[in-house]
Amino acid sequence: MDESKNKRYWNEYQKEIADDKFFYERSCIRQTFFPGSEAAFLKIMREELGKDIRDEANQHTCTGIGYHSDIVPLETTMTVVARLFSLMTDAGYENYVPSCVTSFGIFTEMVEMWKEHPEMLEKTRKYLKEATGRDFEAPKNIAHPSDIIYKYRFELKEKMKYQLVNRFTGKPLRVVEHIGCHYAKIFPEKGIGKAEFPYVLAGMIEAWGGEVVDYPERRHCCGFGFRHYLLQENRGYSVANTKKKFESMEPFEPDFIVTNCPGCSMFMDKWQYTIAEMENKTYDKDGYGIPVLTYEEMAGMLLGYDPWKLGMQLHQVQVENLLDKIGIPYKPNEKYRGANGEILPSPEKPMNLKV
Amino acid sequence: MSKIAIIGAGPAGIESASMLARSHEVLLFEKSSTALSNILDKAYLFPDFSSATDIADSLNSKLINENIKLMLNTEVVDIVRNDSEWKIVDKSGKNYFVDAVLITTGYQTFDATRKEELGYGIYKGVVTSIDMERMIKYNQIVNSINESPKRVVFLQCVGSRDEKSGNRYCSKVCCVTAVKQAIEVRKMLPDAEIYIFYMDLRMWGQHFEELYRESQEKYDIRYVRGRISEASSTFDRKIQIKAEDTLLGVPLKMTTDLLVLMVGMEASAGTKSLGCKCGIEGEYGFIKTATPHLCDNETSEKGLFVAGSCKRPMTINDVINDARSAACLISEYLR
Repeated sequence: MDESKNKRYWNEYQKEIADDKFFYERSCIRQTFFPGSEAAFLKIMREELGKDIRDEANQHTCTGIGYHSDIVPLETTMTVVARLFSLMTDAGYENYVPSCVTSFGIFTEMVEMWKEHPEMLEKTRKYLKEATGRDFEAPKNIAHPSDIIYKYRFELKEKMKYQLVNRFTGKPLRVVEHIGCHYAKIFPEKGIGKAEFPYVLAGMIEAWGGEVVDYPERRHCCGFGFRHYLLQENRGYSVANTKKKFESMEPFEPDFIVTNCPGCSMFMDKWQYTIAEMENKTYDKDGYGIPVLTYEEMAGMLLGYDPWKLGMQLHQVQVENLLDKIGIPYKPNEKYRGANGEILPSPEKPMNLKV
Repeated sequence: MSKIAIIGAGPAGIESASMLARSHEVLLFEKSSTALSNILDKAYLFPDFSSATDIADSLNSKLINENIKLMLNTEVVDIVRNDSEWKIVDKSGKNYFVDAVLITTGYQTFDATRKEELGYGIYKGVVTSIDMERMIKYNQIVNSINESPKRVVFLQCVGSRDEKSGNRYCSKVCCVTAVKQAIEVRKMLPDAEIYIFYMDLRMWGQHFEELYRESQEKYDIRYVRGRISEASSTFDRKIQIKAEDTLLGVPLKMTTDLLVLMVGMEASAGTKSLGCKCGIEGEYGFIKTATPHLCDNETSEKGLFVAGSCKRPMTINDVINDARSAACLISEYLR
């Protein structure tokens, strides 16, 4: 950690976050790649914080990936967003909580556009009515789940069984935080800490005993970049960007990476395998790679939730070394147990990345 | 003998006061505890490296005049026309009645923390041109770990000609100030690499172009055309910068021991406040004069005059000339 930085490190800009009665919207991809995270968030909200949060069954995409890949037109995105808001309106909620950072960006952008161009709002109402017969109200408050966890980070700390401390050395764990681009780079004032020094994850890390790693390529894209990955011809560019980040953070020897975006979590995790296979290079000392966690996994892990129930065994970079450092117990034999209790086959081992 | 209020004891206020005091009584208000604070921050002045202290001493000596009453720590909060005279109200509520008013409330430097991506206030290796001026003045040019820097990078146009910070105007003095400071750094650190990142170099004043040429030929200052997009800290506590070299058309990444942000000039808080109260607020909070060509010391209010960098960014030379011009006009007005 660079001690030359003064105490103004990370701007503690705050934004308005509702207190209760949230309408949750799930991500299209998170349940595949980080399958326990959304369930962990709902558990934390309901059981740890006692909040009312609705998990609606009839929800659908926000079109984010298609919108940012230029294949879904703006009017379509607005109408799809309006349908999601109509579900919230029907359920009697006003505080919208999208699991995905890109969805958060989409909803914020549409609402801001409606404020600036009321005629677009009227057109969207008309389209939604014609297509579905539904009406909607825009949310009073849109917050990303990481905003809410940040808001209640000290309350959660009281309930936590573990801290972000290396039990062998007694020192804080060094944590790289990576914020999804659509969290604050579109509307800086909608993100805690704004765009340049976002505090939303850094605040959690510091509150829970860890130390934030500020490395030169901290702001750099995770490598997803939507079109850069989605077009197969561009994937070399995608992995090159992720590699740039790893090279930049490597000298700081981070213990793990935490992100608040589905794409960032996935790419920073999976590309470590790709780079290891392509170049026989890992960015930790021992060849295991740097674990990548979602903020829900980080919170759940410290609250004492079973790492395998959190879905952490489905990461590309395995987490046992990190759990050992913190002192979190886990059962190796239970790692690959299915939902019905059956033991699943172990995944094939990579050639270069140790697991 | 008429009475004149001058608001602000910078170079404009002092110079005009000294001229007006030959035949009038002058009340010179200054909200801070010292006059000329903006000059006292500096070591040497462009283009001839005159000592800023000598210039300040020379100006201060003009205050030794029985017709000038300097009131330090006295902030003027309102100026109100009262029939043929003006009422000046200070922060404590005290009123002063005068025949004419000259506003010389000056400028303040751009707050570089507003450009978060450049890391000022976050990384010790990022300093402003004001900080650098002090480092030069006290012969203490050091990096974040108090060692002599091996590389120093200057970045022009921080808070000037910048849409993001809302300041589209040029601050006029930063280009040549960077050249001057780079030369001073070279004299103190003969082995350091020194770069200036710029959009274009506006060497508009007498001797400025010559100084720019000399900086390259004699002092080995290297110029890169491009803006720096972000600064961050490296593992060994240097500052990593990213930029685009727009002459070569390539992105550029380099590390430096010191990054010096050439901060622009903005209307001071006093300028903004009095401009607003008197209905003479112009663009960007600077004061709007009656007309830009022929009535540049007058305002839309008769008897209310203005001089110096409360109108727009100016060099000290410009400020002194402008103050003299305002003094002449006020004398004529009171005749």
